[in-house]
Amino acid sequence: MAQKKIPYQKIAVTAFAWAVGMAIFFPILWTFLTGFKTEAVAIASPPVFFNFEWTLENYDAVFERADYFRFFMNSVIISVGSTVLGLLIAIPAAWAMAFVPGKQTKNILMWMLSTKMLPPVGVLVPIYLLFRDFGMLDTRFGLLFVLTLINLPIIVWMLYTYFREIPVEILEAARMDGAPLLNEVVHILTPMALPGIASTLLLNIILAWNEAFWTINLTTVDAAPLTAFIASFSSPEGLFYAKLSAASTMAIAPILIMGWFCQKQLVRGLTFGAVK
Amino acid sequence: MGRIQLKNVTKRFGKLEVIPPMNLEIDEGEFVVFVGPSGCGKSTLLRMIAGLEDVTSGQVLINGEDATHVRPARRGLAMVFQSYALYPHMTVRNNIAFPLKMAKAGREEIEKRVTSAADILNLSSYLDRRPGQLSGGQRQRVAIGRAIVREPKAFLFDEPLSNLDAALRVNMRLEISRLHQSLGTTMIYVTHDQVEAMTMADKIVVLNAGTVEQVGSPMELYRNPVNMFVAGFIGSPKMNFLYGDFAADRSAHAIGIRPEHLTLSTQSGTWKGSIGIAEHFGADTFLHVTLKDDTQLTVRAEGENNLGHGDIIYVTPMDGRIHHFDENEMLRRG
Amino acid sequence: MATDHSRITARFMISPAVFLLLGWMIVPLSMTIYFSFLNYNLLSPGLEEWIGLTNYEFFLTDPAFFEALANTLQLVLGVLFLTVCGGVGLAVLLDQPMWGQGIVRILVIAPFFIMPTVSALVWKNMFMNPVNGLFAHLAKGLGLEAFDFFGQAPLLSITFIVAWQWLPFATLIFLTALQSLDKEQIEAAKMDGARKFNRFYHIVLPHLSRAITVVILILTIFLLSIFAEILVTTNGGPGYASTNITYLVYAQSLLQFDVGGGSAGGIVAVVLANIVAVFLMRMIGKNLEN
Repeated sequence: MAQKKIPYQKIAVTAFAWAVGMAIFFPILWTFLTGFKTEAVAIASPPVFFNFEWTLENYDAVFERADYFRFFMNSVIISVGSTVLGLLIAIPAAWAMAFVPGKQTKNILMWMLSTKMLPPVGVLVPIYLLFRDFGMLDTRFGLLFVLTLINLPIIVWMLYTYFREIPVEILEAARMDGAPLLNEVVHILTPMALPGIASTLLLNIILAWNEAFWTINLTTVDAAPLTAFIASFSSPEGLFYAKLSAASTMAIAPILIMGWFCQKQLVRGLTFGAVK
Repeated sequence: MGRIQLKNVTKRFGKLEVIPPMNLEIDEGEFVVFVGPSGCGKSTLLRMIAGLEDVTSGQVLINGEDATHVRPARRGLAMVFQSYALYPHMTVRNNIAFPLKMAKAGREEIEKRVTSAADILNLSSYLDRRPGQLSGGQRQRVAIGRAIVREPKAFLFDEPLSNLDAALRVNMRLEISRLHQSLGTTMIYVTHDQVEAMTMADKIVVLNAGTVEQVGSPMELYRNPVNMFVAGFIGSPKMNFLYGDFAADRSAHAIGIRPEHLTLSTQSGTWKGSIGIAEHFGADTFLHVTLKDDTQLTVRAEGENNLGHGDIIYVTPMDGRIHHFDENEMLRRG
Repeated sequence: MATDHSRITARFMISPAVFLLLGWMIVPLSMTIYFSFLNYNLLSPGLEEWIGLTNYEFFLTDPAFFEALANTLQLVLGVLFLTVCGGVGLAVLLDQPMWGQGIVRILVIAPFFIMPTVSALVWKNMFMNPVNGLFAHLAKGLGLEAFDFFGQAPLLSITFIVAWQWLPFATLIFLTALQSLDKEQIEAAKMDGARKFNRFYHIVLPHLSRAITVVILILTIFLLSIFAEILVTTNGGPGYASTNITYLVYAQSLLQFDVGGGSAGGIVAVVLANIVAVFLMRMIGKNLEN
């Protein structure tokens, strides 16, 4: 039998796949490593990989500089806040579409998705002017508001697909059992859909965290999140590789870890169900 | 306790009339089965009684009171769904307790009723499991338990056995019948399986395309079906229908005779035919016989015989067991 | 299949989301359309006047517009080519039996979660810098002249960075699609005598065609709006060499404060995106039916 044969093909595939995987991942690894080097080591030629003296001085420098903590908190508040707010608006909407579908349900859903396809520059000018006139430029509230609306279609869509997997009979049973609507949603629907709601939450936090059009254009100092903070390295400061790396590592680490947890939901959330 | 009346009830989905005006009375303590082929409106009818579906026009009365616009939870009815509709994130105990919690019953009251329901249904040792850890039959019992604790005016069952395997289905059938005997509560049961209807019902309502074809006790429907639809639907194997000369000889459009109402002889008889296939079940044998003009006939014979493919036999209908039907497929009296 | 009561509730539950999105779409968009017919500059407030289609005329005849349009196309097509080809290859590779599949998958997917500003700056400085970048070190090690990526080929460099970011997305979708391929189909093809390449060409690729279309459509929508990567690497330069439509509109409205001209550009961008969106929506709609 072929069982005893050495699986040459599997060995070759494994080696090749690992090589490709490492190559794609390398920039992230390199950034991580460089963050622990001194500036001199960071630009050394030939480059140094592991055998350098690890230092935390870059992290200290980033923390001291430019109120790093404020940028970080802005990112957290804006991404988590907009997602939670979006969920609160989207859960009732998705409930209605999934469990009480009408003739217009499909059209409404399609229309919601189509708003996601509107290029942001199409509304950049009026949003900027409205924000200016209402004093919302460079405020967390303003950004929270915009990012909620930007991600709302994706949140509604993802929840809708998760809710549809729950048999409507269970909700009807709850209704027969005397559960008023609020109880039906809180005690039956939400616990059953919890895994779906959790992955919707994660994916949309990631999307909001990395959003780099509105966060850069609508903020200057007070409400600027990490995207804007990193963008400030684009001028000569970027040549301080070690500090850039340390700052970058801190900006991407939490989200990268979150991302690995919800990689499967990525497909569901971003293809709008066009791929199954 | 549980008298349910439908008065001129109709249902439309847009322009489509699913149920034309219907009148029906269900008496207290009765076990009523709605039976019919899929799409005949039986589930819609049940959901209208439950309040999960609006009534387009007409009235639903529960114990003489108009319940047409009462919300499902307020009607005092309990429903067992086809998929059981158990709450997967709750233990069996909490599933059964849920309707009581919604009704804001006291903790001791809940405990007492859950325990007694679990006793009745043999679920006592599973109370702390979740539905995912139970077998199909156990899940079914939990669903029934959830219905029992509410002490409803009537139980509604929507094809509750269709997800079970054949052996379990027979068991559950008996269990539900036993439950009905001990509780004495009105039960309305929807199924497409005429065997369930025959074995469990006090009263069968045969539905077809949204209309009631016939209402009656199982044996009434068996003996005196009012039309060919009911005649063909009730009884297993199905009633034989013969047309052409066979019917013309008896001045009818068609005649019907059940397989068990035919006697068999190898010597002589009314109709002559040859055996196509003989299905030996042990206790009975069903012979599929071809008469003249390619007319097919199913005959029930005794279990142990040596008849087989190609044998020529004679078949004679028993006295008074032939049903005569007219052009409209209605039973011709007299 | 429900009662009037629940239908009314449903309408009530859905309305916040609908009205918010409606407001978000209609108010600013109609303002953009209105501004696009005005001579409106933030530097000279109070002088707004109706000038009809003049903004469109200026925008659409501006050589910068054509350069930006060409750049946008080049960027979109370049990234699409790299991600679709690379994605199919990677997906097929990751679908093979191997040791540590889960870890390789995690490595490949990682770039998608990196903030655009981070990935652009890391690539620009630490890899593509002509003096201290890793590629420069590599060239030196091989005895070659270091290449000035952003000086010589700014758009191509950005294309490469964006492709690195979006490759995981394409790979994941193709991988999902591959896993829905009936293994018996492949076995049947083996029995029918199809060799590896033929199996890929005649069975795997047709099976992926739908996913490929979807990736192309969705990516196009996102790629038309590439902004941060350009902002932090080249600022659209040198000249207009790496300016796309999105960046041009941004520069026109927020750097030159020409609200009228910027709005006209924004509307052009909306029209371009809509051409793609129509096809995408049609595919989504078809899938919703079943």
